[in-house]
Amino acid sequence: MNKAEILIIDDEPQIQKLLQINLESNDYKVVQARTAKEGILMAANHPPDLIILDIGLPDKSGHEVLKELRHWYAKPVIILSVLDNEKDIVSALDTGATDYLTKPFRTGELLARIRAAIRRSQTAVNASVVIANELEIDLVARIVKRNNEIVKLTATEYTLLALFAKNESKVLTHQYILKEVWGYGYQTETQYLRVFVGSLRKKIEENPNNPQHLITESGVGYRFQ
Amino acid sequence: MPLTIYKRSNPYLISGLLIVAATLISQLSINHIGYQGVALIYLLVVSISAMLFDIWPVLITALSSAVLLNFCFITPLYTFKIVSTEDVLMFFMYLILALVNAVLTYKIRDYNSKKRDEEEKTKTINLYNILLNSLSHELRTPIATIIGSIDTIQDQKAKLSETHKQELYDEISIAGSRLNRQVENLLNMSRLEAGILKPSFDWFDINELIFNVLKQNQEHAANHQLVFTPQKNPDLVWTDGGFLETILQNLVYNALQHTPKQTTILIEARLKDQSLKISVSDNGNGFPKASIPVAFDKFYKLNNQATGGTGLGLSIAKGFTEALAGTISLENKKTGGALFNVCIPSKTLALKDFEHE
Repeated sequence: MNKAEILIIDDEPQIQKLLQINLESNDYKVVQARTAKEGILMAANHPPDLIILDIGLPDKSGHEVLKELRHWYAKPVIILSVLDNEKDIVSALDTGATDYLTKPFRTGELLARIRAAIRRSQTAVNASVVIANELEIDLVARIVKRNNEIVKLTATEYTLLALFAKNESKVLTHQYILKEVWGYGYQTETQYLRVFVGSLRKKIEENPNNPQHLITESGVGYRFQ
Repeated sequence: MPLTIYKRSNPYLISGLLIVAATLISQLSINHIGYQGVALIYLLVVSISAMLFDIWPVLITALSSAVLLNFCFITPLYTFKIVSTEDVLMFFMYLILALVNAVLTYKIRDYNSKKRDEEEKTKTINLYNILLNSLSHELRTPIATIIGSIDTIQDQKAKLSETHKQELYDEISIAGSRLNRQVENLLNMSRLEAGILKPSFDWFDINELIFNVLKQNQEHAANHQLVFTPQKNPDLVWTDGGFLETILQNLVYNALQHTPKQTTILIEARLKDQSLKISVSDNGNGFPKASIPVAFDKFYKLNNQATGGTGLGLSIAKGFTEALAGTISLENKKTGGALFNVCIPSKTLALKDFEHE
């Protein structure tokens, strides 16, 4: 298989260098852009397999770049930004970012996110069975097993878990989950989410207080892994 | 301060009223005090205005009182004419005295307020110096560690054992996290100072939130015991989760940093009377009595503190608590150790409301 190609759009030479070294030593091909304009041009001329995008670019904000990219670029875009403003992150995710990391970040974490994002974009979306360690979610038969024992879920709990399973290791914003599971008009009713995530954790987690599958992303949403 | 009340209402109106009152009193008592007495009463009014108001209303008070003195009290009455030389002298003397009085009083006031400003400024500069001192220490130490470690690795690669190399890498990593935390603190502090901190409310599961904070502190907690017993099915809380995390984060981190090894840090949370009550306590040595009232002050640090710190953590916890309209307090437990109590008024939502789902 050809090496996956990653475009980094970031104006900081040090971050560029760090990313380049990490990605190249993990068998990715790296292309680099220092400005929004350059980045969009490079992505258009030769669409990469994944884009790492900084929010604070000199000529344009990463939010605008993301919006432009999403008109024609469907592959993963990972936001890498010093801004840890939750609203900023949520807005980027709602505009179509695949994932986000805030600087300073752990390179191991970044590589894991990149692997997951590329895997999701390459494999057929309609995997019928999702397996996460001891957990097995059969999306066709609508059966959830933990350590090979069937877990009894309510209809809402199942819908929620199925949504997570289909988006394995991707962060989903509160708003998105509420819209997908409860429908339009429920986007701000976070209380439903809190309650059902709580009850779901009690059923699928070894220790609901230290969840290994349903991870909280403070102020942003949840991630299933 | 009463001064500010006067300042806020219309100064022209008030000095006008004072003058009218003085004129009426003078009219009633002119037979007893004579118009020299009236001049003194007006002078009093001008002085009072000068103590309360800005220069313009005072000057106008001075001028109008002079005109009134002439019109109502200097013969011939109810004309602007002055006949006798003595009265002309009297009138101009009054005018000059009133104006001088107005200007001088104003100047003294101005001088005082400038002096206050300067004192305030000196105070700020002092605070700033403390900040710079502790900052340069708190930022430079990890920077020195990073640069020094990298130099060692680069220059003495051949001589270093693998264990030593690994130790240097670990030091760099720790220094990086420490820098990151200090910057975070400074950002939070400047957000508080700028007064731009607006909570954004949402429903939160308090157990989830606390476990999340504890998880973030796990790597610092190797030598301590972090204990939190979650309540079974607690109500949801309407609050700003980010703020609450910042508060808890700082209290827990403070306890981790400043208590002896093997100390148990206990976190408790309960909902009572529409309030969220969280306590963070430890069985360490507690705070010296004298330092309890100032513990939340900016840049406050205990003497002989081994681990340094910018002295910002607790004041950030306090600032964020107050941004949520809550209170925070510190006391020593009878059994030893410090006890922080945070109380934040919060709407709650009972979980049983969802049972029909």
